[in-house]
Amino acid sequence: MSSYSSLAEAVRRLVLKQTVREILFTVIIAVVLNGVALGLHVWRDYWEPVLLINFVLLVVVAESVGELVPIRFKPLYDRALAFGFPAIILLCWEGLVNAGVLNARWFPAPSSILEALWDLTVNYDRFNKSSLLGRPWLIPQEWNSNGMDGIKALFRESHVYATLSRVMLGFTFGSLPGILIGMAMGMNATVRNMLDMTLSALYVLPKIAIFPIMMLLFPDPFGEGPKIAVVAISAFFLVTISTMAGVQQIDPVLIQAGRNYGANRWQMFRHVILPGALPMIFSGLRLALGTGLIVIVAIEFVRAKIGVGRVILYYWEILSTAKMYAGLFVTMILGVTLTYGLQLIERLVIPWQRK
Amino acid sequence: MRPKIVARNVVKTYKSKDGDILAIDDFSLEVAEGEFVCIVGPSGCGKSTFLRILAGLTPLTAGTVDIARDAKAQKPLNSMVFQEYAIYPWKTVRDNVAFGLEMRGVSKHTRYVIAEDWLKRVGLLKFANYYPHQLSGGMKQRVSIARALANDPEVLLMDEPLGALDAQMRTVLQGELLNLWEIDRKTVVYITHSIDEAILLGDRVIVMTAHPGKIKMEFTIEIPRPRMIETMSTPEFALQKGIIWEALKDEVARVYGEQL
Repeated sequence: MSSYSSLAEAVRRLVLKQTVREILFTVIIAVVLNGVALGLHVWRDYWEPVLLINFVLLVVVAESVGELVPIRFKPLYDRALAFGFPAIILLCWEGLVNAGVLNARWFPAPSSILEALWDLTVNYDRFNKSSLLGRPWLIPQEWNSNGMDGIKALFRESHVYATLSRVMLGFTFGSLPGILIGMAMGMNATVRNMLDMTLSALYVLPKIAIFPIMMLLFPDPFGEGPKIAVVAISAFFLVTISTMAGVQQIDPVLIQAGRNYGANRWQMFRHVILPGALPMIFSGLRLALGTGLIVIVAIEFVRAKIGVGRVILYYWEILSTAKMYAGLFVTMILGVTLTYGLQLIERLVIPWQRK
Repeated sequence: MRPKIVARNVVKTYKSKDGDILAIDDFSLEVAEGEFVCIVGPSGCGKSTFLRILAGLTPLTAGTVDIARDAKAQKPLNSMVFQEYAIYPWKTVRDNVAFGLEMRGVSKHTRYVIAEDWLKRVGLLKFANYYPHQLSGGMKQRVSIARALANDPEVLLMDEPLGALDAQMRTVLQGELLNLWEIDRKTVVYITHSIDEAILLGDRVIVMTAHPGKIKMEFTIEIPRPRMIETMSTPEFALQKGIIWEALKDEVARVYGEQL
């Protein structure tokens, strides 16, 4: 027994040794290769293939290290890879800017983007009469001097609040009718036949292209109405189509069972159709939320005094690129936060799903 | 005494591009109160269609179907157990079993008491709060059977309930079904393609012809109750199986002949 386990131990060590040797070997190759490349100015002229080779070597090392990681730390290691890779990219970016390879005018170093983000967050832009978050630390002071109006003014100057409120309002006004009409289309063949083709045709229209029509429809063409409407319309199509698909993919035998056990129309909807379609409805909502953010940033490029899209465009126009990147970064954060929030709601509403 | 189920001259045709297709032709059946009737037949002989006609899920083309209702007790006419389980993934095991009661407006407390009672009998009480995706196939079908029994219908309709299970699980559930049926001896119409299962469970076995579905022969199973899985290894069981297979094999051959 003991001889057997010592044999297993020996094999394990051998494999371990081999893997360690592999890692060292790969690292040495990488160092030599990059040294040669730097010395011969290959980096400057052929940086694409060199980058590719470096990436492949990185994958080889990461995979070998993965074999050495004990099984209980594997999830942690996987997360480390997920966050470590972008961190390496950012570090390289920083390094390349400092070395003068990348032009800091167009590709400012991550550290200066972060600096710009801090600048945008804490400072009030007098020229545009706006700030990124609306300076929430002024709330008590404004409340004391101007009351509710003061707080409203703070909200009005916030780019993030402007974008978020447009996305959320549009998302709500688009998704609710989307769910209702999608349900009707899923349950009734006549409604489906009447709407399906038209919706598919309208769905492919770029939503930014209907913005002028929305501006005609609203009394204040430059106000919030048209912007929210375009987000709502984008959300509507996505939610309608996925809700319809969600209703249609319900197993017919579940509906037969409902009938056999005496469900009336309302009960059938409440206990069979709605829960059966919910997973698909939520994937539609997820798409709609992401698309809503994309659409609103595009619209803020076209016509907005305030909003994250406006931040990006404005700092591009005045060639303050670090702040432009900060705007892009804020958009990413918004997207991730919104999607994550929706996922939390989904987990509460659909507890039966396998995860 | 008036029979529990009377089906007279049931005809079912389906419309298709090439004209009407006759699925069931002149099918008549009477089932007595408390009788367990099994219908066997080759695949596609219309036995499931007949059951769905009994359940009122499929309209019939001609003929009549009548299930006698007990005037005193307000029971649902029939409850069906589906081969595909047809339990709801979004409901817990307890809520699935209580489903029929909930549809009939039985209060939450009462229906949970009944549901848990049946869950205890099928051995799933400790899974009451589970969702179906956490259960095996055999457990899901137990939930489906418990749902039908908890609904306490006038007649129980079972459409190849064990057809999707592996052979061992099927044998286990056949034994459980025998025990469950002994509790209140409900009127049952049971569709299966297994002669063994039909003889083991049924008071009467009806063999159907293929295309169109008609009654070919009827057998009364004299094997005394209560029966159990061991009954299947008795000589009289083997004898009965041989006789029924004799009637069924031509129909099976006909179906295969058409397919080959």
